[in-house]
Amino acid sequence: MISIKNLHANVEDKNILKGLNLEIKPGEVHAIMGPNGAGKSTLGNVLAGRDNYEVTEGTVVLNGKNILEMEPEERAREGLFLAFQYPVEIPGVSNLEFLKASVDSVRAHQGKPALDSVQFLKLAREKCKAVNLDQSFLKRGVNEGFSGGEKKRNELMQMMLLEPSLCILDETDSGLDIDALQVVAEGVNAMRDANRSFIVVTHYQRLLDYIVPDYVHVLANGRIVKSGGKELALELEEKGYGWLESADNGAA
Amino acid sequence: MSSNAEIERRIGNEYQAGFVTDIESDTIEAGLSEDVVRFISAKKGEPEWMTEWRLKAFRAWQEMKEPSWANVHYPEIDFQALSYYSAPKSMADKPKSLDEVDPELLRTYEKLGIPLHEQMALAGIAVDAVFDSVSVATTFRSKLAEAGVIFMPISEAVHEHPELVKKYLGTVVPQRDNFYAALNSAVFSDGSFVYIPKGVRCPMELSTYFRINEAKTGQFERTLIIADEGSHVSYLEGCTAPMRDENQLHAAVVELIALDNSEIKYSTVQNWYPGDKEGKGGIYNFVTKRAVAHTNAKVSWTQVETGSAVTWKYPSCVLKGDNSVGEFYSVALTNNYQQADTGTKMIHLGKNTRSTIISKGISAGKSQNAYRGLVRMNPTAAGARNYTQCDSLLIGDQCGAHTFPYIESKHPSAVIEHEATTSTVSDDQLFLCRQRGIDTEKAVSMIVNGFCKEVFKELPMEFAVEAGKLLEVSLEGSVG
Repeated sequence: MISIKNLHANVEDKNILKGLNLEIKPGEVHAIMGPNGAGKSTLGNVLAGRDNYEVTEGTVVLNGKNILEMEPEERAREGLFLAFQYPVEIPGVSNLEFLKASVDSVRAHQGKPALDSVQFLKLAREKCKAVNLDQSFLKRGVNEGFSGGEKKRNELMQMMLLEPSLCILDETDSGLDIDALQVVAEGVNAMRDANRSFIVVTHYQRLLDYIVPDYVHVLANGRIVKSGGKELALELEEKGYGWLESADNGAA
Repeated sequence: MSSNAEIERRIGNEYQAGFVTDIESDTIEAGLSEDVVRFISAKKGEPEWMTEWRLKAFRAWQEMKEPSWANVHYPEIDFQALSYYSAPKSMADKPKSLDEVDPELLRTYEKLGIPLHEQMALAGIAVDAVFDSVSVATTFRSKLAEAGVIFMPISEAVHEHPELVKKYLGTVVPQRDNFYAALNSAVFSDGSFVYIPKGVRCPMELSTYFRINEAKTGQFERTLIIADEGSHVSYLEGCTAPMRDENQLHAAVVELIALDNSEIKYSTVQNWYPGDKEGKGGIYNFVTKRAVAHTNAKVSWTQVETGSAVTWKYPSCVLKGDNSVGEFYSVALTNNYQQADTGTKMIHLGKNTRSTIISKGISAGKSQNAYRGLVRMNPTAAGARNYTQCDSLLIGDQCGAHTFPYIESKHPSAVIEHEATTSTVSDDQLFLCRQRGIDTEKAVSMIVNGFCKEVFKELPMEFAVEAGKLLEVSLEGSVG
């Protein structure tokens, strides 16, 4: 699915990722955990191709294609989806219009026929319901005046519509109460299948009670310092990150 | 590279109406004098009262100074270096029907998307096409005549309906109103004349399409619209010009008279040539537009301004009659080195008069975009209300947005609300769109259209789509 090798990246000339390696096979869910400032959010932004995130070394191959030379919209059309930690508002642009433009461009790239407005509206209403958002959200401006939880559910709705092959969830649990967290987790779980992979970036183990990962990786000082099964998350919950960070420093 | 830098880098200039029509024109020598005014008047075979009216304006103009208070900067205009009359030669012997009109002229309008043959024309829209100084064709005149609606070039109205022209011309914008209005009054060449009789709802949209073609000429059109009691009309004007290195002057005057219980909706899609990426060339658009609304009448101005190198324009309403309503909906987009100083004046005289101002300014490139507005509640305007919303959107970090709202209230019961915001198209917004597979140009156009939504919904349906596309073209390449 995705193969990340020796990835180094700078943000505003500051070296954040320092040789990150990660292999994810189709259908797998990988959790990335780690202390603040470890580079967790940077990873999502680098993979999605955000401006100001400069890759200095390494390769990233998604479904057999090197994506580092691609524009962000091309990566998206290739099936990479980043669910934002803080989804931004776009006043005046209706959610429906935005979603349609998004789905149209992705489908066109993938050689799928365009959906007409009626088909699309039907589909969008379905997904709206699936993430427990009122239909009125389709008419509102993108994220305009949405609560934190509503924004996250809106992200999930976009993910469901686009059916990406790789979903990166960037601290999707932040700012969510337990009910909203369950809705989001259920949505994600419903999307798990043999051809779709997930990178779940989180600070807390809590989310992983609901989205159970196949693998857990600890990101510290710009690289993965420990990998394990889902039980690693529990260990981290108990011991914190300190012991791993110091181990890494000792090795370096 | 940040998105902002990419925006700067890719701000392009894809002006699609910039071609020149190769046609022989009858253009008088540069310069302005009483003789030139008389020449123009004679060329149109005008009656003496009209000639005198022009001369009065010319004399007033000679004593006036160009206004300098607007937030725009341009080299001094040499008014003696301009030609004040230009007409396609083929129009000299006035063609009696469209079949006699020079095909080259018809092709020009077809290229601009304005077919003049009625069978091809947009359904339900009558068009008056003005090319440089003369009207080329007015469609659907007979159909309109059945409803009693008069829609013709003002040069013809002077002959055919002198009583109406005499009664109303200059009553809203007097000859000496301001420097450009005086100039226009002296040398105006053509424009549209509309009269809607009492109680008539105009059966179709009326529209005038202005085209400047000849180099080194000014265009000075004059539009006069009279909606008699209880009538209703919707009117739209569009404008384009070829790409030329020199600046060209366009100084129009539009007067609207909305008599008791009538309604006039006046929409403009202004797309004069804005100049090139370095700010060379483009139209100086110095326009005076004003309406008088009598008792219970309603006047609504909607403008989408994307063209011109310099814009100086304040479509205004004098709310004279009790309960009259004035509206101003504006989208002004500036890119590259364009400068716009535009807004409105709402003068409340009658009781319970109401006005609404929604202004959306979009600045990109190195442009400067100013909203200038006046809301005045006179001592007679008991119970008057105004609501103003004035939003600016900045694209990139080298442009400017300015707001100059003036509020004068002389009646204690008047209510005035003013809201203003300034925002940017942020990197975060663009990234969200791109991460969802939407390319940057589409994203910016979506965001800008979203910003303008409240204004676009006021445009007649066909033109709302056009306006959206025009914004897209005007911003083409403005993002990475």
